This record gives sequence, C-alpha cells and structure tokens, in this order.
Amino acid sequence: MTAAGQSAVDETLLRSLTPAVIGVLVRRGADFAAAEDAVQEALVEAVRSWPDDPPRDPKGWLVTVAWRRFLDGVRAEAARLDREARVWQEPVPGPVTSVDDTLALYFLCAHPSLTPASAVALTLRAVGGLTTRQIAQAYLVPEATMAQRISRAKRTVSDVRLDRAGDVATVLRVLYLVFNEGYSGDVDLAAEAIRLTRELAARIEHEEVLGLLALMLLHHARRPARSRPDGSLVPLAEQDRSLWDTRMVAEGVEILQGALARDRLGEFQAQAAIAALHADARTVEETDWVQVVEWYDELVRLTDSPVARLNRAVAVGEADGARAGLAALAELDPSLPRHTAVEAHLHEKDGDLVGAARLYAAAARQAPSAAERDHLTRQAARLNAVLG
Amino acid sequence: MAKYLLLKHYRGAPTPVNDVPMDKWTPEEVSAHMTFMHDFATRLERTGEFVDGQALSPEGTFVRYDGEGRPPVTDGPFPETKDLIAGWYVIDVDSYERAVELAGELSAAPGAGGKPIHEWLELRPFLVEHSTVTE
Repeated sequence: MTAAGQSAVDETLLRSLTPAVIGVLVRRGADFAAAEDAVQEALVEAVRSWPDDPPRDPKGWLVTVAWRRFLDGVRAEAARLDREARVWQEPVPGPVTSVDDTLALYFLCAHPSLTPASAVALTLRAVGGLTTRQIAQAYLVPEATMAQRISRAKRTVSDVRLDRAGDVATVLRVLYLVFNEGYSGDVDLAAEAIRLTRELAARIEHEEVLGLLALMLLHHARRPARSRPDGSLVPLAEQDRSLWDTRMVAEGVEILQGALARDRLGEFQAQAAIAALHADARTVEETDWVQVVEWYDELVRLTDSPVARLNRAVAVGEADGARAGLAALAELDPSLPRHTAVEAHLHEKDGDLVGAARLYAAAARQAPSAAERDHLTRQAARLNAVLG
Repeated sequence: MAKYLLLKHYRGAPTPVNDVPMDKWTPEEVSAHMTFMHDFATRLERTGEFVDGQALSPEGTFVRYDGEGRPPVTDGPFPETKDLIAGWYVIDVDSYERAVELAGELSAAPGAGGKPIHEWLELRPFLVEHSTVTE
C-alpha cells in the first residue's frame, strides 16, 4: 500500500470499519448485495485519497462515499430500466450503533445456506474488508472465480433478514476455516482470522468465541518455531520453544481461563486447553501428557471426532507408553488421514525401527500436504540410514 | 475448499464406453463436443469453482540434464509411452463428492452418434498448504 512520497492508509482501521458501514447502508434501505458493493468502492476510494486528504471522521467519510456510490448505482439501474427513479431520501445522519450491524453481518456471511467456501469468501469481503483480488490470491484461484463465488453467495443470502442473530457455531466454523488456511499471498489469513474473532468476542458474550480466540492465539504464538527458513516442517517435539511468542501465549491462556470459568465447555475450549498445556511446557519432557489425554477425552466426548481420537492415541503413547498408544490406535479406522503417520511414530517409540521406517514411507505417500510429505520422507530416510 | 486436477488422457485411461476416435465422428458431432467442453468451463466459472483449464498437444519431447557444460539431451516422443495427457481442468470445490460429480458431468461429453463418451477421467487431489492446527 505504501508508495513513495505517500503516507500509508491504516488498512486495518479501514477494514475494521467495513461491516459497520455496510450495516448503516442496509439500515438506510439498501439491500445487502448493493451495500456491500458500494462499500467496496468506497474502500478503494479511501486507499486512493486518504494519504493526501485524511478525513477527520473515517467512518463518516466511508458512509457518505459508500451511500453516494449506492445511490449512483440505483439511479443508473433505474435509468437503464427507463423507469422513474425511485426517490431515496438522504437520511439524517445520527449516532450510529455499529455493534449490532457488525454482529448481524457475521451471522449473515456464515449463513447455513452457504457452502463453506462461499461463507469464507463472503466473510473476508464483507466483514474483513478484503478485496476480491486479495481473497483470490490467498486461496490461489483466479480473481474472476472468486468474484463469481462472492456474488453467488450474496444472491444466496439475499432474502435473509439482517436484523436477527444466527448460530454462533456456524460463524466460529467459518473463522476456524480461515485460520487454518494459514498464509499464502500477501494476506495473512491466520492473523486476519484472529482479528475477526477478536472483534466478534468484543461483541458477543460466548465462551466458545473466547475458546476459539484462545486456540488461535496459542497456535499462532508457535508459528515462528513451526517451520525452518527453508519452509520445512518442525514437529512440536523438536520446536525451539524460545521462538514461541510468550506474550501471545499468555494472552491465549488468560482468555481461555476466562472462558473455562463460565463452566460451559465446548470443543474450541477443549482444543485450546490442549494447546495451552503444550505452550505451558518449557521442554517437551515437561509436557503434562496425562492432562493432555484427559482433555482429549473431553474433546472426543464433545465432538466424537475421529481426528480427536487419533490425536488422543498420540497423547496416550506419551502418557502411558507406545504400547498403550498403539492399543488406542488399533480401535480406529486405518483409513483416517494421518493414521499411518501416527502408527509410524508409535512404532518408532516402541523400538520397532524397521516397521516404523516402512510406515513413515507409506505415510509420506498418503500425506495431504507437501510439507508433511517431505517431513515424513525425511523420517523414513533417517531410520533407514540408521538401519543401514 | 480443495483443489483437484481433472485429467483427460489421450492414452493410458481405461477404454471408454463410446470408443470411437474423434476423426471418425461427423463434423457436427465434433462441434457438439467442443460446445459441451466450452459450456462446461463457463459453468465452472459461474459457480466459482474454476481455477484452470488447458489442452495439450499430443506430441512432446523428453529432456534431461547431461552433465556440466553440456546441453540438455532431448529425445522422443516415444510412441510406446503408456500415459499421454490430453489436458486438464483444475477445480476448487467444497468436497471430494462435488469433484466426483463434476468429473462425471465432464465424462458425459458427447461423442460419436451424439452419445456420451463415458470417458474415464482421472481425479487427483492437490497437496495442500500445511494447515495450522494439525501438529
């Protein structure tokens, strides 16, 4: 954004105003799709003109410009249809309560009628204030494809009233998806997911919102240690823990404690608790694996998720030994993603290096990501080198 | 939100049901096929699932390094090569099931007699970026 001789626009501030401005337009009578388009145009205009002419009231400026764009659009449409232009009264600007508008947008953009990909794209644009191009780059698809996805999503929710709350769980699933996408392109989606979850937590009292925010912070804090400069993966046990962001860990733990104190456990709180136990251990040996297993028991109880069961088997292997871990693993479906990788790890831990080397190689062939494949291939190579 | 490669083979895929080579179709059948392929791509664009689509020339060259200071060695094309890629679509879809559905639609492209070719298409998932919460 920063060009020479130009002061940069605070893009985060600009983007954080997006949902509230859309909300104002919708309350003035614009339909969501048109309001959203108008606000995008106002954002582009802001990035262009603010460096030379910063407004005193950024939000007021955006509302004014977006509303004007919206009216232009309406008039153009009316003229095109050769009908008498509908009369749009300029409303009296008054104090704006942005909280409910923004919250309503979270619910709208994560509406259950949307597919996950559509909900993610719409959330990033209408709530996150990202441009279609930025979202397209982050998800490695052509801009035209992302534009289509967003306009279809807008059509899908066009009949949904913006003034009622939805299910928080659907919003959290969308934010979790954004977070897990990590970062490619120039937008850090993990950081963006944290920002959006933080805004949500400020607007709604919900222990699972806090749980998800804590989970994101606790994972994000480990990011600097998670990969080597060449991009290769560093497993948790081998991470340089001095690289963990201790302030972020502390914040995550504090938020989690606040959530747990409400005594309404949910899956994100349970996942965050596990992440907190890892973050709390200065060395891998100090990890309280017994407690980790207990939290996985909770997570399995809450979600009945096969992935949680698989991770539980790893934790059991640490808490009670490789044989116990393998016994836990034996109860699971071998076709689960990463099942073979876990099996390889437990076999190595049990001293079966030949079996482990074979399993690591098999796991590499099934790996869903290149980083994991490379990591597992190196594990196999390491054991094969020892075995000779 | 997963990307898949939809591979069309000149050679190497199992034999389709309607197995008549294209040069034995009527010109109208060829045109109908081309229209179908074009419409398929347009539909993918409209649904926001299109990433890429390309067709490849059947004849290519094999190339390999031949040591320091020497030009690369080229060879081929090898008529005996079993697998020959004709082209691909890259799609970005919500699920494996959706990818299978789209591959099925593409396989129904009309061929000889205006009937579906029932061509075997290969569906290959992309390796993903490593996700954050899997360690």
